[in-house]
Formats: sequence, structure tokens, C-alpha cells
Amino acid sequence: MSAFYALLFTVAFLVLIIGLTKKIIQYSRVPAPLKIPVTPAPLTKGGVAIRLAKETILFTALFRSNKWTWLFGWLFHVSLFVVLLNHLRFFIKDVPLPLVLLQNVGEYAAFTMFIGLAGLLIRRIFVARVKYISSPSDYLWLILLMVIGFSGIVMRFISHTDIVAVKEFSLGLLAFDWQALPTDFPLMVHLFLVAVLMILLPFSKLLHIPGLFFAPTRNQVDNPREERHIAPWAAELDAEKNKAQPK
Amino acid sequence: MADFETPKFREYPVVPQIKEGEMAGDGPFVSRAEFDTDLGYPGELPEDWKEKTLDKMGDLLGRYRSLQVFMDSCIKCGACTDKCHYFIGTNDPKNMPVSRQDLMRKVYRRYFTFAGKYFPKLVGAVDLTEDVLDEWYNYYHQCSECRRCSVFCPMGIDTAEVTMAAREILANVGKAQKYSNQIIQKVYKIGNNLGLPGPALEGILEDLEEEVEEDTGVPVKYNMDKEGCDALLMTPSADFFAEPHIDGLIGYGKVLHELGITWTVSSEASEAANFGLFIGSYDNIQRVSMRIREAAIKLKVKRIIFGECGHAWRVAYSFLNTLAGPFDFLDQNYPIPQHILEVTYGALQEGKLRMNKEENDHLTMTFHDSCNIARASRMGDYPGGQFDIPRAVIQAACNNFVDMDSDTIKDATFCCGGGGGLLTDDLMELRIKGALPRMEALKQVTEESGVTNIAAICAICKSQFTKTLPYYGFEMDAIMSVHQLVSEAIVMTGSEQEKDLDGTDEEEAES
Repeated sequence: MSAFYALLFTVAFLVLIIGLTKKIIQYSRVPAPLKIPVTPAPLTKGGVAIRLAKETILFTALFRSNKWTWLFGWLFHVSLFVVLLNHLRFFIKDVPLPLVLLQNVGEYAAFTMFIGLAGLLIRRIFVARVKYISSPSDYLWLILLMVIGFSGIVMRFISHTDIVAVKEFSLGLLAFDWQALPTDFPLMVHLFLVAVLMILLPFSKLLHIPGLFFAPTRNQVDNPREERHIAPWAAELDAEKNKAQPK
Repeated sequence: MADFETPKFREYPVVPQIKEGEMAGDGPFVSRAEFDTDLGYPGELPEDWKEKTLDKMGDLLGRYRSLQVFMDSCIKCGACTDKCHYFIGTNDPKNMPVSRQDLMRKVYRRYFTFAGKYFPKLVGAVDLTEDVLDEWYNYYHQCSECRRCSVFCPMGIDTAEVTMAAREILANVGKAQKYSNQIIQKVYKIGNNLGLPGPALEGILEDLEEEVEEDTGVPVKYNMDKEGCDALLMTPSADFFAEPHIDGLIGYGKVLHELGITWTVSSEASEAANFGLFIGSYDNIQRVSMRIREAAIKLKVKRIIFGECGHAWRVAYSFLNTLAGPFDFLDQNYPIPQHILEVTYGALQEGKLRMNKEENDHLTMTFHDSCNIARASRMGDYPGGQFDIPRAVIQAACNNFVDMDSDTIKDATFCCGGGGGLLTDDLMELRIKGALPRMEALKQVTEESGVTNIAAICAICKSQFTKTLPYYGFEMDAIMSVHQLVSEAIVMTGSEQEKDLDGTDEEEAES
């Protein structure tokens, strides 16, 4: 069983990294031939960085759009972020002080994450417009994340897992020195679904993570009059046209 | 008049219930080969349409980062679902921006992603059939490419980009829209959207000169094809004859005259509009844009100034430098291109224009932000100048101004309902229904603040409102051009208006 999980996580890690890298390379190679920032847009690169940071950290557009979706969505993402930070302790031998201090908050983040996901799921089921646009996979993602969160809560608060052994397993993974993993049921579920999530991420709508930063509507500087913007294929097209019709 | 009901004003702007299939149908008239071939399209459904559709889709995915990223990054959060004026006005769920994108995304997933290839049902992927193409044609011609949804999307997904790509793909398999393609063909053959030939245009401009001189006693020039002027004026051809557009043109002429800026229109590029944008064709946007460069060179001007036109200003401001630049032969001391409102606003700031606001005292104005100016371009030197400058100019010309509800103006403005190549009679039902949110906001300020008229800076908005206002119980001439207000209020040096204001005894005024 330990070997299966060790192998699973090695594969999941590779799929995640390679898949995501391929997508990011694809996004950066496809040109943006025209200036299409949604205005009012920043006039400088620094301004764009602030715009993207606000979208990433505060979900400003979503806040303007729908307060409930923002509340649940933001709660989920921020909680997930704290939870992930909290999990860093499994990969660092001597846990640094900030992470130690985070632990108490981090434990409750699992609950807020679950509440956020539950809110999003309820919205998806009961708001007719959102239900209309949902595919099976949209529900499954929410349920998958809820089960991951719930199994984590069970391990921490109800049926404790030997986390020292888990940490030896995870540190062993990093060192290619496979260690035994406790075989508690919640842990098996938790880890299996995390691996599933890692494997599916590059093939799913979770691509919104890199996608956000590549949206020309948000990441372009508003300066088309000042600087001439030319994409490679458009430049080639121009060159061909000029060749065809010499002036 | 028509076989549909004008939507009723809603008591509260509640989110509408969905009514599936409400706007199902065949869409606008399909173009014919005679309009298509000159634009580079086949004009009929080829036998290998399926292959061609997917090839073109793959091609565009490789050319437009926007399309590639937007196909992947939608999380189906629903933020956009109640933001589209066509959904609000029609209740058809396929007019929710995410559903509109999904028409293409479902095919993208089926043929271009791992998940859709092997688990189509799970991720909602579908096979490409002729029915799918027909549905694309219908619903991608119920989007005015106004970008309102993109403002609210947490991922910045712009449905306009998807609509443009879909129309380009459709045109490549013989399903182009007649209205847009016929117009573009007229631009290539005659020089403008309306098909006004040079001599007719010259006649109109001469009449305008006479009319203005009669009104003001000032010989304001409305030149055509005059070499060596300071500026080339690019304005939508509707400005040459439609109401209230032409009153705006009269206003540009007065402002430029007063500032001592000589200007001309070009008979070959007698159109600021660029419907290449609406059909999503880079080649055609560029070809239409190049006319402007060629006219500017031919007429030896130093500046290019654009009149009141929404999407034309998007293409001019955002794309012209890319598509037809560099404009190193123009005077670099002025923005290239410049909007007429930037000219008027700058002159007002410097105290170079005298305005008699009392001329417009019978009006209480509000302002409709046109989508392409609000969300796809800028005026002035800071973000949001496109909102402040038109309002400042209106307020310099009129004492009474009230804004509509803040959820319906500036970057949250609602489309007039006729943008993006939909200003055609065969889409009248859609146009009337899509105008609902704007009409509701207008209704509110007429009742609460006594607003009498609404000003716009877009030829399409002006034409669309002329049609839709009566359906909602307003007067059709409630829509005005911003420079129409300027035209009424401006006191040109040496004009009758100046004499009326200052008294006829000039010597007394001087002493």
C-alpha cells in the first residue's frame, strides 16, 4: 500500500508539473495580436501588476459581480491557501516559526474551506442560471474538494492519524527514500483524492490558475497610441503584404 | 408592427427567470457569395465543412491568446449570467455570456482537449454537427461584443473575443452575416458603409456650409478631399445625413473652425466605422484601417481626428497604430489618432471656446456611455478619461445634467442593443429586447430627475435609440449627439450669436 501511494504521488507530481508547464508554455507562445485590455486599464506595467494582484488576492471583479459567489469563493480559496501553507510542515524537516504559529489558525481554515465549498455547491444546485451552465464535472470538483477537506478534518479532530509517520513518508518521497504510510481509512481517501486532483488539474477548468495571469483583457498595458504593438504572425503578414504590393 | 412584444419595464431590476429556447431561430440573413468573396470567404458551405471548421478553430486558437486562454479558464461560477443585456431582455439562457462561450467551448473540449476526447459527457463536450453550426450562427449573432460580461468575470474572459472568433469561423464555411459583409463590401467599393458616392457627399457638405453660415454668419468650412489641411476627419458616414448624427458633425465643424484647425474628410475613406471588427477578421479590420493611412498620406494632413463613433474609436485608439502604423509622417505633438471630444475638451480647459449654456436650458441631459469607448479604449491621459471627458463637454454646453444609475454607466454601461453588427432590421426583435436595461435606467432618471434627453457618442447607439425609444414610450428625438449640444451652445467669434450676447455696439464693447 505504501509503495502504491509513493508511486501514485510521484506520478501525480510529474503529471501536474509537466502538464501545467506545457500549458503555460502554450499560453505564452500564442500571441496576442491586438491590444484588448478591458478599460479603464493601467497605463504602466506596475499598474498591471497591481491589477492582477487585486484580482488574485481579493477577487475584485467577482466582488463587483455577485456578493454571495464572492463570499463563498473567496472563503474557499483563502482557506485553501492557509491549509496548503499548513501542510508545508510535512515537507520541511525543521518547521520554521511562522508555520508553527500558523497551526492554530490553519486548523480552523479547514472548516471555512468546507463552508465555502458547501456554499458554492448549494448555489450551483439551487440557482437556476448556475445550474443551467453546470456540467457533471463542475459538481464533481466541488464534491472532490469537500471530501478532501472533510477527511482532513476527520483525521485532525476525530480519528487521529499518526502524523509523524505521515511526515516520514512525505519527506521520504522528496528524498526518493520510500517510507511506510499509516493505513488509516481517512488518510487513504484524503491522499488518493489529492493525487487525483493533481493529475486532473492540467486537463481541467482548474487551468484558471495560470489562465488568470494570461488573460490579455487584464494583463495588457493601456498604451496603444504611445507604443506600437505587433504580434509575430501579424508582422509576418505585414511583410508578405508589402512584398505582394511594393510601394 | 412586428410579431413580438416589447418587454415591460420591471418594477425592480430582479434577475430574470430563464426561458429555454426563447430566442432559438435561424439568426440574421446569411450573406451571399457576391458579398463574401471580396472579403476572402467562400460564400457557401463547402463539402468538407467539418474539417474546415475545426481547422479554422485550431488556427485561431494558435493566433489569439485570448481565445486559447478563455476556452480553458472558465470555472462556471455564474458571475456573468445576469450581466448581458440580451439575456435580461430575452430570458434565453443561451444569451448568458458563459452559455454563449460554451457553444464553442463544448466543441473545443471535444476536439482539442484530453478530457473532452475521452469523457465528453463528464465535461459537457459535444460533436460538431451542422445543427451546432446553426446554433452558433443564431446565438453568436445575439452578442453585440460589448464586453460588459468581461468586466465582471473573475478570469477576465471576454465573450466578444469568442463571438468574433465564432463569426470568423462561420464565415470561412459559408455562414457569414449578410448585413456586415455587405457593408464592408460597400466600404471597399465606394468608401463608406452607406454607399454614399463622393459627389453626393460633396453636395451634402456644401449644404451644411450654407446652413451654418445662415445660422451664424460665420463661413465654417466642411471640406472634402482638400489637400494640405491640418487634420483628416474620420467620422461615421451616418454623420453625413442621419439625425441626430449630422447635428454632431455640424458641431465638430464649428469647434474646429473656432480653434483655427483646418480639416477635410476624404471621399475614399469617408467612413470611420470598421465592421471588420464585428466579423472578427484581422485581415478585414486591417484592410479597412489602411484606407485611413492612405487618405492621410494622400491629403498631406498633420493630424487624424475621429468623430463620434464607438467601435470606430476602439479600432482607432487600440488598433490603428498596430494595423496601419507607424504614423511617423503625422505631427507627433498630438495624440495619433485624436478624438474630437479630446480636441473640444482640451480647448474648453484652455478657455479657447466660448459657450452659452442658456441655449440648452430647455434640456435636462443624461449620458449613455457607448460600450466600445467605455470598455475598450480611452480618452485623455488617464484611465477613465473616456467617462469624464464627454460628461465635462456636455456640462460645458448644458446647465442640467444627471447621470443614470451607477450600475448602468461608465464601465458597467449597458449596450444600446444594436452594436456589434446587429443594427439590422432582420434582428429588430433582439434589438428592442436588448435595449430593455438601458431604457429602464433612462426611465428612472426621467421620472426622478426630469431628464428630457440622452446624449451618445456613437453612430450605432444613436441610430439604435432612434428606433427603440418609441417602443418604450419615449420620443424618438430624445437621443442627441454630444457635439449637437456643443453646436447649440458654442459662440463663435464674429457670429450672430456673439453679437446677440455682447450687444451690437462693438465699439462700446471694445472701450
